[in-house]
Amino acid sequence: MLTLAIETSCDETSAAVIRDGREVLSNIISSQIEIHRKFGGVVPEVASRKHIENINQIVQEALDSANVTFKDIDLIGVTQGPGLVGALLIGISTAKALAYGLELPIVGVNHIEGHVCANYIDHKDLEPPFTCLIVSGGHTYLVQVNGYTDYEIVGRTRDDAAGEAFDKVARALGLPYPGGPVIDKLSQSGNKAAVDFPRVMLEPNSYDFSFSGLKTAVLNYLNQLKQKGEEIIVEDVAASFQQSVLDVLVEKSFRLAKERGMDKIVLAGGVAANQGLRTMMEERGKKEGIKIFYPSRVLCTDNAAMIGSAAYFNYMAGKLSDLYLNVEPNLDLI
Amino acid sequence: MKILALDTSTMMATCAVLDENQVLGEFSLNQSETHSENLVPMVKEVLDNLHLRVEDIDIYAVATGPGSFTGLRIGVATVKAFAHIYKKPVIGISTLEALAYNLPYNKTVVPMIDARRDRVYTGIYTWEDGTTKTLMEPTVLDISLLLEILEKDYEEVLVNGNGSILHGDTIKNRLKDKVKFSTMGNNFCRAISVGELALNKYKNGDVDNFYTIVPEYLRESQAQRDLRKKEQI
Ligand SMILES: [Zn+2]
Repeated sequence: MLTLAIETSCDETSAAVIRDGREVLSNIISSQIEIHRKFGGVVPEVASRKHIENINQIVQEALDSANVTFKDIDLIGVTQGPGLVGALLIGISTAKALAYGLELPIVGVNHIEGHVCANYIDHKDLEPPFTCLIVSGGHTYLVQVNGYTDYEIVGRTRDDAAGEAFDKVARALGLPYPGGPVIDKLSQSGNKAAVDFPRVMLEPNSYDFSFSGLKTAVLNYLNQLKQKGEEIIVEDVAASFQQSVLDVLVEKSFRLAKERGMDKIVLAGGVAANQGLRTMMEERGKKEGIKIFYPSRVLCTDNAAMIGSAAYFNYMAGKLSDLYLNVEPNLDLI
Repeated sequence: MKILALDTSTMMATCAVLDENQVLGEFSLNQSETHSENLVPMVKEVLDNLHLRVEDIDIYAVATGPGSFTGLRIGVATVKAFAHIYKKPVIGISTLEALAYNLPYNKTVVPMIDARRDRVYTGIYTWEDGTTKTLMEPTVLDISLLLEILEKDYEEVLVNGNGSILHGDTIKNRLKDKVKFSTMGNNFCRAISVGELALNKYKNGDVDNFYTIVPEYLRESQAQRDLRKKEQI
C-alpha cells in the first residue's frame, strides 16, 4: 500500500511516498531555515508564502524519486496539527484536493504522532508497547505507547518545551538559530560540570517537566558574569545547561519504563537528534537492560515520511478523515 | 471545454463550473473566514450534481487576490493540486478585476475589498469592447485617499465589494450623487466572473501553471516590512 504524505506544519515543505508505513520510497524536504534565520525565528506569514510556492514541486519530486505517479498512490496522509495555522493550511488544502481528485482515502495526521512513527521506518522490527520520550522545539511528552495508534500521555512540560529552552539559551549565548544543534555541538568540547544549574524534577512521583526555571537560571548566571566583567566560557555554559536538561529527561524516561515493565525506550522529535541525549540514553540503557531506539537524523526533523507512516497505521486502525478535514493548530497528542 | 473557477479571497467562498457558452453551476457560501473545511466539499457538491469528475475539467481558474492572505492561499493551493493531478492549465485572475467584471458599465467601476484599518484593496475599471479595462492597477489605499482621487478625477462612479459596504456612509458622504452602489448579488467576487475572465485569457494564450502560480498579496508580510525598515536605518 502506497501513501503519499505531505507535511507543512512549520518551516519545512515536505512530501514523501511510503510503502506499508515502514519503507521510504522518497522523502523530499525543502527547508526554509535560511529564510527565517534573518528574522531570528520562524515567521508564520513568510513560511506560508514559501510553502505555497514550493508545494507542488515538492510533491512532484516525491513522486519522481519514488518512481511512481499519482495513479499508483493508495492513500493520502497530511499533517493536521499541531503547527502554524497558515502553514498547515497549505498542506491540508493540497492534500484534500488530491484526495478528492484522485478519489483516494485521506488521513489527517497528528504531527507529534508522526515523530513517534519515524522510528518504525528506521527500525523495521520495532513494535509497541514501549515508553517514548518526545522532545522538540514545540513539545515535551513522556508517553506510554500501547499500540500503533494507542497513546497514553504520562508526562508533559508545564511551561517551555525542551527545544524551546535550547533556543532561548542559545540566543542568550549569542548563538545562531536554531539553538539545539549548536548547543549540542559546543557541549562536546565543554565541561558539563562547570556550572551547577538546577535539575527540576517537580514532585517525587511526577512525570511532568519544567524548563523555564532552568532557562532563567542560565540567564541570571550570564548576567552575573557580565556584571562582574568575567569571561563567559560558552562551551562550558552550553554543556552544563544541556546536561541539566538531559539528566531530567533521562531520569524520568527510565523511571517510567521500569514502572511499566518496558524493555524499550524510544526517542522522537527534533531533540532526538541530540548526540548528548542519545549517548546518555544508550549508556544508561546498557546498565539497565533497556534497549534504546531513535530515528536517523533526517527523520528526527520535520518530514513527510513520518507523516506517511502515521497515516498508514491510522488507516489500518480504521481512523480515516473525510473531505471536511480541517487544520488543528493546537492539536494535543491525544 | 470545462472550466472550474474558485474564489476564497474574502468571507465568501465561491465555486463555479462553466464552458464556452454557459454557466453549468455555481455554489457560494458567505459563512466563515476559514474556507479550508468547506471548499473541497463545495467543489464536490457542484461536480457531483453535474455528474462530472475532476478529470473532466480542462482549465482551472482562481482569484489570486488581493484579499485575505490565508483565504487566498486556500483557494490557490486547492486549484494547484487539482490542476497538478492531470497536468491542466491554471489561470489566475485578479479578485478586483473579477469584481469589476460583475458590472458591465461604461463609466467608472471601483471595486473595494476591505484591507482593515480603513484601507481597501482597490483598482479603477471601465467597460470597453465587451470586457473590463483597467484604468488604475490594483493597489491598497486609505479609503479617504481613494475617495479624494475619485472626487477629483472622475464623474460617475459605480462601487462594489465588501469594502464599499463597510465604508458605505463615508463613500456616500464624500461622493454624494456621483456614486452608485452595487446590488447585493454583484457585491462579491463571483466564481462565474473569474471563470469567464479566465476563458478570455485562455483564448489569448495567457496561461499560468500549477507549479508557479501564487497569490497576489499586494503587500509584504509585516516581518518583511519591519526587516526592510531596520536594514534602511
Ligand atoms: Zn516536529
